[in-house]
This record gives sequence, structure tokens and C-alpha cells, in this order.
Amino acid sequence: MSLIELTDVCKTYRTGSLQVAALAGITLGIDEGEYVAVMGPSGSGKSTLMHILGCLDVPTSGRYRLAGEDVGEMSEAQLADVRNRRVGFVFQQFNLLASMPAWRNVELPLTYRGGSRAERRDRAITALGRVGLGDRVQHRPGELSGGEQQRVAIARALVTEPDLLLADEPTGNLDSASTREILGLLDELHGDERTIVVITHEADVAHRSQRTVRMLDGLVSDDAPTAAVGR
Amino acid sequence: MNWAQTLRTGLEAVRAHRLRSALTMLGILIGIAAVILTVGFGEGASSAIKDQINSLGTNLLIITPGSATSSGGVNGPLGSATTLTVQDANALSSRVVAPDIAAVAPVSQTVDTLTAGTANWTTSVVGTTPSWLKARARTVAEGRFLTEADEKDVADVTVLGPVTASKLFGNSDPLGQTADINGLPLEVVGVLTSAGASASATNEDDQALVPLTTLAQQIGGASRTSVGTIYAEATSPGTLSAAYQEANALLLNLHGVSAKDPDFTINTQQSLLSTAGSVNKTLTILLAGIAAISLLVGGIGVMNIMLVSVTERIREIGLRKALGATPRLIRRQFLVEASLLGLAGGVLGAGVGLAGAVVLPHLVSNAVAISPAATVGAIAVAMLIGLVFGVYPAGRAARLAPIDALRTE
Repeated sequence: MSLIELTDVCKTYRTGSLQVAALAGITLGIDEGEYVAVMGPSGSGKSTLMHILGCLDVPTSGRYRLAGEDVGEMSEAQLADVRNRRVGFVFQQFNLLASMPAWRNVELPLTYRGGSRAERRDRAITALGRVGLGDRVQHRPGELSGGEQQRVAIARALVTEPDLLLADEPTGNLDSASTREILGLLDELHGDERTIVVITHEADVAHRSQRTVRMLDGLVSDDAPTAAVGR
Repeated sequence: MNWAQTLRTGLEAVRAHRLRSALTMLGILIGIAAVILTVGFGEGASSAIKDQINSLGTNLLIITPGSATSSGGVNGPLGSATTLTVQDANALSSRVVAPDIAAVAPVSQTVDTLTAGTANWTTSVVGTTPSWLKARARTVAEGRFLTEADEKDVADVTVLGPVTASKLFGNSDPLGQTADINGLPLEVVGVLTSAGASASATNEDDQALVPLTTLAQQIGGASRTSVGTIYAEATSPGTLSAAYQEANALLLNLHGVSAKDPDFTINTQQSLLSTAGSVNKTLTILLAGIAAISLLVGGIGVMNIMLVSVTERIREIGLRKALGATPRLIRRQFLVEASLLGLAGGVLGAGVGLAGAVVLPHLVSNAVAISPAATVGAIAVAMLIGLVFGVYPAGRAARLAPIDALRTE
């Protein structure tokens, strides 16, 4: 079943008098359980696509359905709710709150929905255990290595059991050892039937996925199973 | 996210930037402390003045002959120095004509020298009736006051003020002793309790009271029927204006003069109080205005810091939005934070203000009255200031687009 359905999605930005078409009509479907890499040079519109997929922004025209829900017509508050329930984000910059210990960072998305404090804490600690940081629960981001910080961020993305794990250059700030660590973790998560979309410009990262979508000038230039792309 | 969590997040944000939060609070703190102290000073001063005026006798109407006309002269009937009589006083004490007047004391006054043994002392000799004690709200420390019998018998007795008594008799007990006025021996039957430290021109503790009849017939001076002043006490503060109307109407009628051209003047304690009060009020308003300006400055400080805070935490805001925070929750979070700054500043300011109220009276002689209602009000105002000046920064945070916020480095 299709989790993501993009139909002729356009996104135009207005900078002063200039209109920039970041997405020029994208039609794309991603099924549940797929592991997709989105590649392309900078300015190709892959970041804009990520914002649309993550409901951080809405298309100027065209239709985007996430798990059957039409996102285009939603209010800010409804979009916030969809992001909370359906999407787990992993950013290049980790985006952890420095003043909070790891478990509080992981707990953060849960605070925007119900549940008791004890329950949220349990779930956060379970998610940290899942990414192999069960012994770093009380550490603050500053006390963790880059790879560990990104694992905390992945735990935060997983803690709500989202339909979609959306990673934007997840290894862009990591050394090669940490990169291997994170890619290994993504492989494991794919093994658990999770839908993963990774935006990257690194070939080794894309290499791990099942399917690679290549973008150029706001359009999909190539969409094929990864094995077939320049192995 | 419920209120408890929002509150906790706000507290964490305030704690995370201790120095900045403390400096922000300082503005509010100074403003609130200033408000509490100025209001305290104002109330302290006005209650001191009130006490002083009340020591003259509460609910008092003071009726004096003549009236200041518009031309500035004193208006009085031809051929008579004073226009108030014992009959006027008797009429005023009628419960039928003047039901709101509780006690009436006609007073006739002269200055004379009293002699006791080798001591002599010049003071006011006041002829009056037994109701003087009630009308002037005084008490007798020892002995008794003048009685109806003294009045009727033209008795040669006197009640002395405590100062007069000590001037004449030193440390010995004045009761039963004799004081002479112009060769007339008067038996001292009582001594008044001190009226307290009164700054009024006439010393309430230095006078010799004699029956009105004794003054008129034995000591002489004024005519037998006229009196210098009539003190009339209203039944309660609430009936003072009714008592005023009754006395005014009655005296106009008795004297056969028109309301436009009266030959007497009625003063009330209220008119003295309101004069004193209005001076005081002006001062308090002035000081409170200065305090209010410092609160405004404090509020602008809160807004400034909140704007800095929003700019600095723009990534955090973007992240929270990405993780599911609605604009409403973001706005609430910043409003709570601003209110907390205001509240903390208010509580600390109240603490400083109260400490000042305890310490300052030892340094300057003014009393500072602490009003719990004003203190609680000031704290509430401080919180409100934080809230109001937090609205704009919080709105800015809420409106931030998540992608712009996340993109910022």
C-alpha cells in the first residue's frame, strides 16, 4: 500500500520579485516498508521535497497524501499534529537541546501528545535502548560523541512509532566510523519494516537503500532500484 | 503539552539563562519595590495625619461666630462681639431638632493666671459644660469631670490639663488642692488624660476647665449668655453631614439670617481631613507615577529579553514545531516564560519593598504602612506586565515557519 502519494507537486518560492520553482511537478509514490534514497546536487530541490514530505511545508500546487490524508489543505496546527503522529525527523545538525539529558530529548515529541510522565520516560528509555544508548540515558548532548548524538536523534524520531522516518543528510556531520554506525542502524530499522526516506548527496549512503530517486532542477530525473544504479 | 509541562519548560528556560533572567527581573523588582514603598509612605503619612486630627475629637462640628464673607471681612450683627449663645447650644442638644447630634459643648474662653501656693501659670481658662468630655473625645485621668450640679450651683471647681496640673502642683497630687484665679479659689476636682503628642496650635494638655456659669458669673470676661465656640459631636462619622445640615438650619433659623449671609461658621473634622488628605494624595500620586514609569521600563526590559530569547532559540522553536508543537503551544510557552520573569521580579520586589518598610522607619521618621492587598496587587501587576510585554515576542515565535527556523544557523 502506498504511504506517500505525490501528484504533480510544485513548490514556488518568491524571493523579492523573483519566482523560484524549487519543485516543478513531482509525481512519486513510496510504499510502506520501503527504504528510499533521494539524491541530487544542491539546488535540485531535494531539501524542498524533504520539507514537503515531512509536512514542514505545503505544496504550492499538486496533491500530497500521507497515509491517505491530504496534507495540502491543513492548518498549521493540523500539520503539527500530522508531523507528531506520522513523521520522525533526523537532521544533519542533530538538533538536540543542549540543556536536556538524552532521555528528555527523546521524550520531547511525546510531550506534544498525552500520556503520563512515567510512561513517556519509559518509552524514551526503551527507544534509547533500541539505538544502543541504554547506558547514556542521563548524558547531555555535549557529553556524547557525534555518532551517539545522532543515535539520540534517531531514538527521538522513533519514539512516537511514526509511519515515516525522514532523514536529511544524517551522516553529513559524522566521521566515517560514526557514518557506518548510523547506516548500520538504518539498515536494522529497515529490517523492522520501517519506511525510511534518506536525503543525501553521498553515494555510499544511497547505496544502502533499496531504491534511489535522483533529482535535477526540481524534477525527478531517475527513479530505479538501487542495485541497478551505477553499482 | 499540558500546563504543568509548559510551566516546567518555562522554569527551565528561565534557569538556563540565570544572569540574563536576573537582570530582567531587576527592572521589575525595582519597580515593584518602589510601588510598595511609595504606597506605604503615602498611607503611613495619611494615617498619621488622620490620627492627629482624630485626637481633636471624632465626628466633631466646630461652630464659631462670624463668617468670612466674599469681601474678606468678618460678618457679625451690629453691636455684638459674639453671636453664639448658651441658648443656641441648648437648642442644638435637642434630640428632636437635631437627632444626629450626640453631644454639644458650648465653650467660652479667656486667658488668665492661676496661682497655687508660690506657683503661678498663665493659661486658657475654658468655661464649658459636662458634655465637653464626650464632644472632644477626652477622658479624665484622675478625679472627676465637671457635672450638671457644678453647672447649676456655679461651683468653684476646675479640671486641669496634665501640663497645667504639673506646672502648678509639680509632683504632688493636685486633687483637692486649690488654684486661684483673680482671687477666686477653685478646687481641683480632676485632671485630664493627655491628648497625646498633638502638633496643633493650641495645646490640648494645657488648660483649666471650669463650669460655664462659673466663668460667666464668677471670673467674668464675656457676657453671661454668649459663648466663643460650640462643639457638637455627630452620632457617627456617617451622620456628620446630616448633623452639619441640622446645626446649620437650626442656627440660621434661630439667628434669623439667610443662608447666603450667615453670622457663624461651621467647620468639620472632615474638612480638615480632606485638606490634609488632598495634599498627601498629590504627593502619593506623584511618587506612584514615578514607580509606574519604572515598572514600564521593567516591562520593556522583559520584552527586549524575550525578543532576544526568541531569536537565540529560533532553532529550538523550529525543532519543537517539527516534532509537533502547534503555534499555540509555542506562544503559550513564551508567554509563560515572560510571566514567570514578571512574577519572580514581583515576588522579589515585594520582598525588597517589605524589607525596606521595616528598615526605613528607623532611618527616617516617617511611618510606612504595609497593605497586604497592595502587596498582592503589586505582584499580580508584575506578572501581568510580564504577560503583556511577552505577547509580541511570543507571537513572533509562534508565527515562525518551521523550515525557516530550522534552516537558521
